[in-house]
Amino acid sequence: MAETLFLADFSVIKPDPGLILWTSLIFLIVWGLLAKFAFRPIQEALKKREYDIQSALDEAKKAREEISNMQAENDRLLAEAREERAIILKEAKAHKDSIINEAKGKAKEEAQKIVAAARQDIENQRMAVVTDLKNQLGIMALEIAEQVIRKELKGDTEQEAYVKKLVDDVELN
Amino acid sequence: MLVFAGFQPLAAQDEHGQEDHATEEAHGAAGHGDSACCIVEDEDHGYDPVGTVMEHIADQNEFHVWYNVHIPLPLILYAPEHGWSTFLSSKFHHGTQAVDGYVLNHGRVNRVADPSFPQGEVHIECVSHQTEMVDEKEKDVYYVCYEGTAYKLDPPSTLDGGVLGGGITSFYDFSITKNVFTMILGAIVLILLFMAVARGYKRNEGKAPSGIQSFMEPFFTFIRDEVTVPMIGEKHYERFQPFIMTLFFFVLICNLFGLIPFFPFGANVTGNLAVTLVLAVLTFIVTNINGNGHYWEHIFWMPGIPAWVKVILTPVEVLGLFIKPFSLMIRLFANISAGHIIILSLIGLIFLFGNNGESVGGAATGGIIGGLFTAFMNLIELLVAFLQAFIFAILSASYIGAAVDEGHEHHDEAHAH
Repeated sequence: MAETLFLADFSVIKPDPGLILWTSLIFLIVWGLLAKFAFRPIQEALKKREYDIQSALDEAKKAREEISNMQAENDRLLAEAREERAIILKEAKAHKDSIINEAKGKAKEEAQKIVAAARQDIENQRMAVVTDLKNQLGIMALEIAEQVIRKELKGDTEQEAYVKKLVDDVELN
Repeated sequence: MLVFAGFQPLAAQDEHGQEDHATEEAHGAAGHGDSACCIVEDEDHGYDPVGTVMEHIADQNEFHVWYNVHIPLPLILYAPEHGWSTFLSSKFHHGTQAVDGYVLNHGRVNRVADPSFPQGEVHIECVSHQTEMVDEKEKDVYYVCYEGTAYKLDPPSTLDGGVLGGGITSFYDFSITKNVFTMILGAIVLILLFMAVARGYKRNEGKAPSGIQSFMEPFFTFIRDEVTVPMIGEKHYERFQPFIMTLFFFVLICNLFGLIPFFPFGANVTGNLAVTLVLAVLTFIVTNINGNGHYWEHIFWMPGIPAWVKVILTPVEVLGLFIKPFSLMIRLFANISAGHIIILSLIGLIFLFGNNGESVGGAATGGIIGGLFTAFMNLIELLVAFLQAFIFAILSASYIGAAVDEGHEHHDEAHAH
């Protein structure tokens, strides 16, 4: 009896058409409503959020890369600028040296010219002085000679004749 | 909560057992006076553990809350010879009143098919049962006593074709039963819950999730990342995500409601074959209407094997089509029913050890042992509730995945595993 009692009373294994109907109805309603108003919107929202997060991460990564690129670019530019500066400085120095050398050369030349001019001047002056001195000496000699001669010429005709002859010579000169 | 859940059925069962017993005896006493049909048998006046357990896991037409407090449920009954009847189960006065030939027998509506039984509301003396030979099988047959005459009671029709002891009888029960009530409650909870979650996504668009939304989001992403995407594949999973989600949560909430022993919960919904049948059939339909050419080719004419093997394999594959949902149906039903039966049996120890109220010490021993084991079982059942919902969902997803799979990558995966 126990066995049959068990089977007879084990009603949960006997599919009841009413329960089947209601289960189908309830499940389909739940499925339909949740799919339309909950699961699909949630799915979309999750997808969108995941996309947003991913794109935000990508953008951040891109920005980081850009910044590091910019950094490298800056470094490169800086290095270039340094090099440029060095070149310019070097050129400037060379230029300066050449200017200085040129100036020095010119100055030397000028100085030489001035010295030469001065020397000429000095020579001229000296010559003038020498000429003047010569003239003065000549005059002084003449005066001395004149006095000497005047003293000796007072008695002697012969001497008169000599002077006369000298005068003649001078005229010949 | 869990401790509470462990001890609550203890009390409920206690009251119920006594109450059942008391009413039966009262009926018996009333019957002794006026008619012979109520003296038929007295053999099972003791505690009947199997009967009590079976009654508790069965679907019922009223909600037994406490001692003699019953929540009436609406009845929708159809008898081909009588037409539709709708009324509240409170009209039965817990089985002492017959309404239009319908009688409440152990919480379930039965019908007197005999046309000589009076229509309208009449007082009945008792409901008794006998074991009879029907079609060479022993069967429990219930009788209702009315004015000294015993009338045979028909249980509601079931669709097992008599194989499991049921079959088509003189009426069909489309009532909002305890199970239907619990399912409606679960449906409302699910709808309200997920509407709130969906509102959260609308409100917090572009912001971090908050509140109930962030609580439920892991479930959603878990089902997506662990069930639908691996089983169905990146390409098709989105179409089936709502179905799998609904399956998982519907089964889960019914399982969990079944574990809470007080009103309005405690119905053995997913432990009823009708419910798991519907879920399995829906999976079957969703799987097969989405089956692609590749799927049908593999069933009817498996490529890459000799023709004579195909002749053997095709019937196996075709059988497999039906075995898959059948296994889904049986697995969930058996797991949940078994859990309920174990818990009810442990609670039944109180009555067995107490020798039907004669031994208080025995009852106390049974209460302590049964209570502890029940608390433990409830924890296991909690795990089973989640596990079975997950298994139902993941297997459904894998069947759908096989149906929409386009072939190539799946072979590689199969080899890789």
